[in-house]
Amino acid sequence: MFNSHKAVEKNSILMLIFVVITISIGGIIEIVPLFRMETTIEPVKGVRPYTPLELAGYNVYLREGCYGCHSQQVRPLRDEVERYGHYSLAAESMYDHPFQWGSKRTGPDLARLGGKYSDDWHVAHMIKPQSLVPESIMPGYAHLVNKGVKLEDIADHMIALRMVGVPYTDEQIENAYADALAQAANDSDGLDGLMSRYNKVNARNFDGQSTTTEMDALVAYLQVLGTLADLQDYKHDGTQRSGR
Amino acid sequence: MTSLAEKPNYNDEIVKLFTIATVFWGVTGFLVGVFIALQMAFPALNIGEYLTFGRLRPLHTSAVIFAFGGNALFATSYFCVQRTCRTRLWGDGWAKFTFWGYQFFIVLAALGYVTGVTQAKEYAEPEWYADLWLTIVWVAYLIVFLMTLKNRKEPHIYVANWFFLGFIVTVAVLHLVNNISIPVSIFGAKSYPLWGGVQSAMIQWWYGHNAVGFFLTAGFLGIMYYFVPKRAGRPVYSYRLSILHFWSLIFMYIWAGPHHLHYTALPDWAQTLGMTFSIMLWMPSWGGMINGMMTLSGAWHKLREDPVLKFMIISLAFYGMSTFEGPLMSIKAVNALSHYTDWTIGHVHSGALGWVAFISFGAVYHLVPILWKRNGLYSLKLVNTHLWIATIGIVLYIASMWVSGIMEGLMWRSYDALGFLEYSFVETVQAKFIPYLIRAFGGILFLTGSLIMVYNLIRTARGDSAPETRPAYLETVHV
Repeated sequence: MFNSHKAVEKNSILMLIFVVITISIGGIIEIVPLFRMETTIEPVKGVRPYTPLELAGYNVYLREGCYGCHSQQVRPLRDEVERYGHYSLAAESMYDHPFQWGSKRTGPDLARLGGKYSDDWHVAHMIKPQSLVPESIMPGYAHLVNKGVKLEDIADHMIALRMVGVPYTDEQIENAYADALAQAANDSDGLDGLMSRYNKVNARNFDGQSTTTEMDALVAYLQVLGTLADLQDYKHDGTQRSGR
Repeated sequence: MTSLAEKPNYNDEIVKLFTIATVFWGVTGFLVGVFIALQMAFPALNIGEYLTFGRLRPLHTSAVIFAFGGNALFATSYFCVQRTCRTRLWGDGWAKFTFWGYQFFIVLAALGYVTGVTQAKEYAEPEWYADLWLTIVWVAYLIVFLMTLKNRKEPHIYVANWFFLGFIVTVAVLHLVNNISIPVSIFGAKSYPLWGGVQSAMIQWWYGHNAVGFFLTAGFLGIMYYFVPKRAGRPVYSYRLSILHFWSLIFMYIWAGPHHLHYTALPDWAQTLGMTFSIMLWMPSWGGMINGMMTLSGAWHKLREDPVLKFMIISLAFYGMSTFEGPLMSIKAVNALSHYTDWTIGHVHSGALGWVAFISFGAVYHLVPILWKRNGLYSLKLVNTHLWIATIGIVLYIASMWVSGIMEGLMWRSYDALGFLEYSFVETVQAKFIPYLIRAFGGILFLTGSLIMVYNLIRTARGDSAPETRPAYLETVHV
């Protein structure tokens, strides 16, 4: 065996080929089967792609690097389910490109954040976290209240997302800009249209200002986290997961 | 074939450039690291929009992994491949392109992070245009390396070059698959990755863990296989172990990614596979460590006299420690406690500071006198000072993170007598203040050590004479 290794040692291209084969095996075996959706993602009612405003908020979340300190993945462990809520299901993040499960909890998990705090709480907390939680070590994001959220090209974002597999309809894309503005206002004329295109929408003036800001978008995103899946309806079949 | 006495005209200018870049980015990365460590103890240091922890953290990780580590790998691989093939590096212009191209990539990526341009995938944050640029640079690197191997005057490819080749090829594969994305507009920075949800998670950590396995391990093992024997003046301990080490390491590492996703929505079978291979990885890892350490057989006395060799051997000790800790943490029951905590941060740093940085320091201390054609380093005493300050810094860092990580993991799952969760989340944050201070202090020590190195290297390059006597065998110029 060690003698025949000489052939590889004397031919750089042969070595290159063997390396590529050796490193491909593990990746192929672990990754390819995951694309058989029916065994990877159990269907759950209620999960939908983000509304245009939530999508803009998701992008603020990404831009600020929130995933460096916050996970979005509740594990099926007793204390986590008690602290955060129902453990995360694969379907809940299926439209996230990329996923935001995170790897570190310097701050708490956010997978089930939606609806736990008021909009006012979120806005004040974002501006200065220590004003509400004195011991917090989170940075403040006061600049979000002063920045208008860029929505002119939000339809282009949705088109790009559709290309990678998020099922936005033509109607949703055509009305993206109007839907975004409608969601960030109280009782807008566009509300009915928005509601007809997306289920479970929180539509209101999130930050209380007259303009639609990045804070509106971020809070809209945070308020929808973990609220879409119909968990009462979800039947756990008991075969899929161990270690509860 | 050239005779052994004849020395080919090596391209050392390119190695010099990469060596300077290694030291420069190293200090930069350590400095940002110290700053963000202080931000975690004193949140008031999050200043304005651009310098928050969220934006600086990728700057720190990229600066140390890709800028410091990457340049160290370029420098050492270009140096080693020429010597072990007894031929000049192929393509002067191509090699120069890899240097400036790579530095441009680093700056492009770094500017993105601070201004909020990010793919939001850990260790793969650069956006599509920077990824495309890196692909071009990386292909050039592969061509330069392969063509130099092709021109070799030695019949065999030396073991260090197997590891360098494995690292270059695998990183290319990982980079390409993980970063496929659709830009929103050809004129804009933003893109959406092809992979979403569960698949995105699996592919990201297949990439992420093998950034560790191939960038930070295989590549640096290449450094070990050339510089440890060279410095010790002894051949590699076991040729057969080298073969076993190489193929088993690259085969098994690829499987380990799912241990970052235990108890998540990733299917259980994938988690179990990831755990199994992570545990098995312990063996090739320690095989490599033993092969490196035992190279000193018959030359252990040099460890007493040569602080540069000490850097290399201590790095192997840290490598052994973190490659034991890694498999331990990949066990699901342990991971349930350790995941999401500071323990992971401590584990990463025992590898990054103890292994990657120390073996790089050893290589740089070895290289600089040769590249600048000096008789030796300006001061071995200062090397020794650097060694001990940095070692104490690492020990403080990892010990404080063990304490803080295990503590917060236990606090999160702690119940009171009535069956309620005992601690609110913020109480666990508060409890970490002292460990965070100790960690930052450890980082400051490590940074201080690297500044001592910079001073020592500058004096060496200038050709200043050393203030102390040195062991006789170090007087000879190494080639």
